[in-house]
Amino acid sequence: MTHDPRRSGVPISRAGWRWAGALVLAVAANIAAGSALAQPRAPDPKDWPAVLAAARSETVYWNAWAGEPRINAYIAWVGEEVSRRFGVTLVEVKLADTSDAVAKVVAEKVAGRIEGGAVDLIWINGPNFASMQQNGLLLGGWAEELPNFRYVDPARNPLVRSDFTVPTQGAESPWGMAQIVFYYDAARLKGPPRSIAALRDWACANRGRFTYPEPPDFLGATFLKQALIALTPDPSRLQRPVSDSDFAEVTAPLWAYLDALRPCLWHGGRAYPDNQAALRPLLADDEIDLAFAFDPSAASAAIASRDLPQTVRSYVLDGGTIGNANFVAIPFNAAHKAAAMVVADFLLSPEAQARKQDPNVWGGFTVLSMDRLSPADRARFAALDLGIATPSLAELGTPLPEPHPSWMSRIIEDWRKRYAAN
Amino acid sequence: MFVRFAPALTIAALIGPIAAGVIGTLLPAFGYFPALAGRHFSLAPWHALFASPGLVRSVLITAFVGMATTAVSLTLVMAIFAAFDGTRQFRIIRRFVSPLLAMPHAALAIGLAFLIAPSGWLVRIAAWAGAPIERPPDLLIVHDRLGLSLMAALIIKEMAFLFLMVLAALPQSDGSRALTLARTLGYHPAVAWMKAVLPRVYPQIRLPVLAVLSYSLSVVDVALILGPTTPPPLPVLVLHWMNDPDLRLRFLAAAAALLQLGLVVGAGLVWIALERNIISLARPWLIDGQRSGHEYATKVVAGAAVIVTAGAVLMLTTALTLWSVAESWRFPEVLPPTLTLTNWQSQIGAAPTPLVASLGIGALASGLALVLTVGCLEHEVRFGRRVTQRALWLLYAPLLVPQVAFLFGFDVVLAAIGIDGGFGEVLAAHLLFVLPYVFLSLGDPWRAFDERYRWTALCLGASPSRVLFRVRLPMLLRPLLTAAAVGFAISVGQYLPTLVAAGGRIATLTTEAVGLSAGGDRRIVAVYAILQMLLPALGFALAVALPSLAFRDRRGMSTGA
Repeated sequence: MTHDPRRSGVPISRAGWRWAGALVLAVAANIAAGSALAQPRAPDPKDWPAVLAAARSETVYWNAWAGEPRINAYIAWVGEEVSRRFGVTLVEVKLADTSDAVAKVVAEKVAGRIEGGAVDLIWINGPNFASMQQNGLLLGGWAEELPNFRYVDPARNPLVRSDFTVPTQGAESPWGMAQIVFYYDAARLKGPPRSIAALRDWACANRGRFTYPEPPDFLGATFLKQALIALTPDPSRLQRPVSDSDFAEVTAPLWAYLDALRPCLWHGGRAYPDNQAALRPLLADDEIDLAFAFDPSAASAAIASRDLPQTVRSYVLDGGTIGNANFVAIPFNAAHKAAAMVVADFLLSPEAQARKQDPNVWGGFTVLSMDRLSPADRARFAALDLGIATPSLAELGTPLPEPHPSWMSRIIEDWRKRYAAN
Repeated sequence: MFVRFAPALTIAALIGPIAAGVIGTLLPAFGYFPALAGRHFSLAPWHALFASPGLVRSVLITAFVGMATTAVSLTLVMAIFAAFDGTRQFRIIRRFVSPLLAMPHAALAIGLAFLIAPSGWLVRIAAWAGAPIERPPDLLIVHDRLGLSLMAALIIKEMAFLFLMVLAALPQSDGSRALTLARTLGYHPAVAWMKAVLPRVYPQIRLPVLAVLSYSLSVVDVALILGPTTPPPLPVLVLHWMNDPDLRLRFLAAAAALLQLGLVVGAGLVWIALERNIISLARPWLIDGQRSGHEYATKVVAGAAVIVTAGAVLMLTTALTLWSVAESWRFPEVLPPTLTLTNWQSQIGAAPTPLVASLGIGALASGLALVLTVGCLEHEVRFGRRVTQRALWLLYAPLLVPQVAFLFGFDVVLAAIGIDGGFGEVLAAHLLFVLPYVFLSLGDPWRAFDERYRWTALCLGASPSRVLFRVRLPMLLRPLLTAAAVGFAISVGQYLPTLVAAGGRIATLTTEAVGLSAGGDRRIVAVYAILQMLLPALGFALAVALPSLAFRDRRGMSTGA
């Protein structure tokens, strides 16, 4: 099952929105000290043969969240392919938390290292992207120039251009789609709750049988956002940045809900699982009855890997669940930009995307639009058996948009004050 | 040449990183950190620290776990010696302790979690044996709020450490003769041990006890796996804040790291005060001439401690092994229905990097530590200067100063002078913790070496170096290799030093195991935990096998030097 870079994404506090001060000061100091030089020219993806030539025999340090063995195995396969086809060596720098890579780039910028950076490619989205973009830590304008971007249709799938409402501006290349799905063992549980309100009633009628990962974990934070969208009177307010003037008003229903839910949670809400992957064994071991993941094929993949029994099924809440795209980005000071572009382009190829969507490999949903593919490539996707526990595209419906990233940071901070400190 | 400078080099390797690290923590804790625009001293980090939610509870839990772990493990070890010293059972216990000491903390914690979780092996066995358990009980066992499961794992490990320390201290404190004398005077063996041996042994193991206290107060990896989470113990909070991409939290983290140092110092002072009280309270009892009393209770407690510990360790090792070869193993299955080697193939066959990293760092760190230690000890021999009590404190410094209080600072200082982490830094950080153990392990056999061999060789015209390399080192091969194996085991188990010094770029078995333990795939976590246990065991096996091989036609060497 999967996760994404987001799991991590969320710093304990309002990170992205608060670094700016210190960062700007420090960087300004560096610039004032004359340590900033003109940046070397980035490779131009419009001249793709030149990019390929420059990339040959370069090594790409790809910083990726590595908490899921099947994703690591997929990345290893990508490494073999780009080495064979383009002479690019791929090294996966395994992260426990995507924010570690962000911190690394921040530290390099603070230290005045504007080229030869240690991070070439980051698996990223959401608040991590927003803060890197805001602080000018990413290379921009390259992603939509990649040759394989022609298979992506932003008109049909606007999420590939709008990362948690923040415009991508070609600074990150879409890699996968994800959406919240709930899963349960149909042999044990009949009629799982189909709305946020029903979830609380069900949880309190079946105490100790539901939980969510501890924020700032990404999935835990997303559960909070899902509940907020369902409960707040005007969800469209969440598309604009948070503000102190109405934060309390907008989120009051969420806290009332969580206060009521907490005593009904697994272990009475006195401890929470660490992350998405930790929910799976809890369901497998009958410690809980209902779990969820940020990945429609999570349950099918877990059945394939024998983590969960054949009788597990997944579904989406009535009214839809939060969905988003995840991306790869290149830091402004990456040492091997051309090779990073080659890897990003390969990740977008129909072959790599189809392999990724195979639940026996990973089960990560594609960002490509089927009607832009050649018949042969369409057939690759059509041939995939998405798995018995994966909802169909019709069942998934239109994903709910992510709130502006500032909400996530702020909600996590308040959650920790209320539930993690006493 | 090297021998002349070995003590200075060793002290530099021990004290340099700690001193640099504490400074690198101290300055940011008071707002000074130019790279992050902190150019003025201020108390702002402390205001932020004391305003952070849950801090008081974190500190209280940490203090409770640390003090209780130390008190319980020390008491149990004393009870075990009192009840069993000199018996046949004692030799069995002794045999069991060394492998337990070699088992990395993280592996033990992961295995213990497999055992005691609500859906863990113990509950499954109970359900299988007919207990009315249909579902895993909704009890908070792992990550419990008082840190009891964290304490359990620490007590198991610290008992092993203290046991070996007492064992090493016994000959120096003339314990066995005191014991015999007391017994001939009619004291019950257990009472004889408590009244005649303990008062002589305790001063010798005081530093190790304080090291246990410091370790239990500052442990990170075991706390991540078993400790409370809402809020976590203080050292885990420091780690979270240090790794936050909001770099301004580094100030807060530095203040918290300093608070951690204060907590350790405070707890140490409280401990010493308690010692004094207990000594004065116990004095009348020591000299009241009572030949017996409570020996039955002592025996029961000690026996229970041994049986529970041995049972838990055997079971958790078995559970880890089973998980590593399970295809699936869901509650309430007592055993995995099908076994497979895919977990091993997919992890180690496909990606041996962490294994290679653990091996390489461990071998280099213990090798370096061995060279420095031999240099120091040979310095003693040639220049006739014994290690003083003060030097012993230096040796213990890395074990007494909490890791979180200086490791991050060390990293900051290196970055500030332009040294960019990586392998060398990891090696230096490991060396810091390996060196004391290698030194403690090799010191006694080295000093017990019969100097007449050396004089004879010198009289025959051999140079001091030749005597060292042709006479002393070959004859001390067995203790040398044992010391190297101890150092290797310590290195393999290091979590925080690897994580901080490498900035996450070097993955070892331990960092992988701890990192994966938060996730969902227990089969893979088990593979790493087992490997983590196997490497040190392999080291010790080599330390036994190589001398036997080398001395196969030297009967006089067959029992060791």
